[in-house]
Amino acid sequence: MFDWRWDFTFEILPRLIVATGNTLLAAGLGYAIAVVLGLVLALAQRTPFRPLTMAVREAVEFVRSTPLVLQIFFVFYVGPQFGIRLSPWTAGMIAIGLHYAAYLSEVYRGGLECVPKGQWEAAKSLNLSMPRTYFRVILPQALPPSLAGMGNYLVGIFKDTPMLSVIGVAELMHTANAIGSETYRFLEPFTLVGIIFLCISLPTAAAVRFFEAWVRRKLGLS
Amino acid sequence: MDTRDVSGFPLTLEGDPTPMVSFRKVTKSYGSLVVLDSLDLDVAEGEMVTVIGPSGSGKTTVLRMLMTLETINGGVIYVDGEPLTHMPEGGRLVRANNRHMRQMRSKIGMCFQHFNLFPHMTALENCMEGPVHVLGLSKQDARERAEELLAMVGMAEKRDQHPSRLSGGQQQRVAIARALAMRPKVMLFDEVTSALDPEVIGEVTTVIRKLVSEHNLTMLMVTHQMGFAKDISDRVCFFYGGRIEEQGTPDELFGNPQKERTQQFLSAVKEAG
Repeated sequence: MFDWRWDFTFEILPRLIVATGNTLLAAGLGYAIAVVLGLVLALAQRTPFRPLTMAVREAVEFVRSTPLVLQIFFVFYVGPQFGIRLSPWTAGMIAIGLHYAAYLSEVYRGGLECVPKGQWEAAKSLNLSMPRTYFRVILPQALPPSLAGMGNYLVGIFKDTPMLSVIGVAELMHTANAIGSETYRFLEPFTLVGIIFLCISLPTAAAVRFFEAWVRRKLGLS
Repeated sequence: MDTRDVSGFPLTLEGDPTPMVSFRKVTKSYGSLVVLDSLDLDVAEGEMVTVIGPSGSGKTTVLRMLMTLETINGGVIYVDGEPLTHMPEGGRLVRANNRHMRQMRSKIGMCFQHFNLFPHMTALENCMEGPVHVLGLSKQDARERAEELLAMVGMAEKRDQHPSRLSGGQQQRVAIARALAMRPKVMLFDEVTSALDPEVIGEVTTVIRKLVSEHNLTMLMVTHQMGFAKDISDRVCFFYGGRIEEQGTPDELFGNPQKERTQQFLSAVKEAG
């Protein structure tokens, strides 16, 4: 029987909106970690020091080949056995940040490979230092081709935050589930969760495309 | 013989005048493919040497080795009397470390076939990047120097444009200004007109002519434009199969080539137009 109750819908909406704040916070923090750490992982794979590049390569493959939810459980439940006790938020941010860092490092790697060899040679012929070459010449050109992939993973990390509910992070999914357990009504909370996700994902994807075009213009590349 | 053995080579070049650039038995190979075979070539200070030859003859490799974009497999290259590929340590030559390489590289500037301007920087920024961040000039000084050079190559009005807004000839002129802004002693031109439309080649060759007549730069140029090479070179080297088959003044080499391969190459080029 289709039995949608509007009064109940409006009653639970404020709680869900507060939880949306947590979801956005989790996605934002996790993404910030992933953006920075992913770059470190991508650059580490380009150093001439073979053992380091091999180790990072294997670590990235390992993270990409195992489920996120397992990694979340691992950090949260296995950590304490080694004396590492973390709050759900901290454990969740580490797990999801690491997971997406591995994916983003691959995006950066692709972007870095897009930069023509002649740019490296020009930088070398001008005697630019290695850090200067990366940060002033190579990375600005690797960024635009990376943005589409980065945008996909921004939406991806946002949609994966419900996984944090398994260790008790009070994000959107966790809250909807709690409402359901309290009231035995699941239709409204879960439907609202779906709508909220949709309302954020779609404009984000569009915003990423605009941002990409804006960056290209700003850098004088188009 | 171990091709890396450099014990017979001097630590520095003495003598007056010391050649600005000196290749001593330089060998370059990729696996079993020998690109340069025991090359000996001296370029005097202020001399303009043009390298011609069929593709695959190793002529571009000569410039790329000088710019340290390629390593060498044997021999030693000297620039301004000092070893480029090696450095003296404990009374003998050892492979150059990064620091030595950077110090030596500052004597050399290079222009590329495909310009290789930084696309996210304006013409002016391209010319200021090295002077500010490598030479340590103040922004003000670097800007003055860059503007002067851009004016010299006729690009002063386009200084705030990004490369994507410039024609090939304009980009190449900015690239020349960018290399000159580092005040090199040796300039390398690697087929700088090959990627250009015919109607804009002249604007680049004019700049190079100006450099030859007004500055005492040592220059090495690889080109397919025989007429241009004939006009401005002090010496022309014809490369074939990784070695210098024949060299001489433009009049000698173009007017009265001695070797059969040189004659064949020049007549083939002439026919192509």
